[in-house]
Amino acid sequence: MSKDILVKAIDVSKKFDAFQALDKVNMEVARGEVACIIGPSGSGKSTFLRCINLLERMDGGAIWVNDELMGYRRDGNNLHELSDAEISRQRRRIGMVFQRFNLFPHKTAVENIFEGPVQVLGENPKEARDHALSLLERVGLADKANHYPSELSGGQQQRVAIARAMGMRPELILFDEPTSALDPELVSEVLDVMRNLASSGMTMIVVTHELGFARNVANTVTFMETGKVVETGPASQVLTTPASARTAEFIRAVHN
Amino acid sequence: MTTPSSSPINAAPATRERDRYEIAHLKLVPKRHIGRTISAAVVIILLLALIRAFSVGQIEWSYVRDFLFAPVILQGLINTLIMTVAAMAIGIVLGVLSAVMRISGNPVLSWISVGYVWIFRGAPALLQLMLWFNLALIFPTLGIPGLFEFRTVDIMTPFVAAMLGLGISQGAYTSEVVRSGLLSVDSGQYEAARTIGMTQMKMLRRIVLPQAMRVMVPPIGNEVIGMVKLTSLASVIQFTEILHNAQVIYYANTRVLELLLVASFWYLVVVTILSVGQQRIERYFGRGSKSIRASV
Repeated sequence: MSKDILVKAIDVSKKFDAFQALDKVNMEVARGEVACIIGPSGSGKSTFLRCINLLERMDGGAIWVNDELMGYRRDGNNLHELSDAEISRQRRRIGMVFQRFNLFPHKTAVENIFEGPVQVLGENPKEARDHALSLLERVGLADKANHYPSELSGGQQQRVAIARAMGMRPELILFDEPTSALDPELVSEVLDVMRNLASSGMTMIVVTHELGFARNVANTVTFMETGKVVETGPASQVLTTPASARTAEFIRAVHN
Repeated sequence: MTTPSSSPINAAPATRERDRYEIAHLKLVPKRHIGRTISAAVVIILLLALIRAFSVGQIEWSYVRDFLFAPVILQGLINTLIMTVAAMAIGIVLGVLSAVMRISGNPVLSWISVGYVWIFRGAPALLQLMLWFNLALIFPTLGIPGLFEFRTVDIMTPFVAAMLGLGISQGAYTSEVVRSGLLSVDSGQYEAARTIGMTQMKMLRRIVLPQAMRVMVPPIGNEVIGMVKLTSLASVIQFTEILHNAQVIYYANTRVLELLLVASFWYLVVVTILSVGQQRIERYFGRGSKSIRASV
């Protein structure tokens, strides 16, 4: 059975001045799969994630999401850069959850969620609000609908941020170290929501240091270092019997 | 210290020990603020002296009273308010436009914005007012040749000249206020807005500017208050705002100081009302923000 590939990255490269952040990164993620990217800080994991939804411009290579080339339109032998509006349209189908939540501080939890559906997708405000409330219920925050982000704990803010990403009815959600900014006791409530989301069939790419989550939830795990993919494969294989000595060393270091 | 009080020999010291910590019934004598008392007395004496000086001075208070609500003065006050609103509206529109152009990443727009701020912040507002008012000297007619054309003197009334002069120079200052507001918004907010598929304009309008307002409102409020008084410059080009009308009256009756006091009374009234309004607006744009909420 051939897999339905949702995200396909070929030779993605990116330089920040002299620093080679990404060096020919290749990756495939099938629809409905959870792919975790692990690696030391500065390895390029987050930069790669941000290239997928065009928050970062790549210098070389290409990324397709749902068979659509990100950032460019192909016309015969020419590649045309997409306009602001076209890029915005491509981003709609890709949700993102940030390390620092980035909720809109001037909007309540429920307003954060229906802002995109109403303003970008043009959904009916009443229906969008109802949908937003049902999403809040799903992440266990139905009672916080009218709270401002500043009145919520870090874990609660991150759960609202996940609900905000889901509000756009995306095909794919990117998680950029979603638990790294949280107090240790708040990590599990966010991971629970993510586990729930994974089991509902959402395609997810997760940059994380939570190896336990990767082992239990991820289909594939990719280990990156110095802008390169060192190793990629099924989660159990990469995390328990890694092929590369560097991967094994990293996993040992994280566990200690 | 820990001797049991049951022992009769130690009973007395234990009681004394307990008395030492029993202070609830004592009388509280507040700290004396001698410095405050003395300075308050000095200020009151100076105020009394000032009041006496004004009452024995050559001021005819009856003129102040008679002209406070004179129709000419009230009409001037209304014109001052209209000019404040008109010039500030132009200033804010140009300021927002110029700030957005500056950070747009488009080098042409960015340089236009830099040039605008450079030129219009570089000349005194009074001079700019006079330039607009005297535009007819270099351009006798304005318009698009063949389509429409007007005599400049007909268009460039004192009102229009003052509005353009004050509004355009104000825009150059407001531009910097708006820009600092935009820069104060965390880059994560821009990214979050992009990831939910917002275009640049929608992102600015819905996410960035409302947050920037929190930073922008106090300095813009300050500029509005400044503008109320800056409109007095328009008296130089014969715009009939309050100071101009006060002058017209004192040229006739020579009660200079009385009429200046009338005008200053009204400026103070307007500025006081605006200050109260500013606090309310700040509270609105501070919603969701802990620091503001705590101080309310």
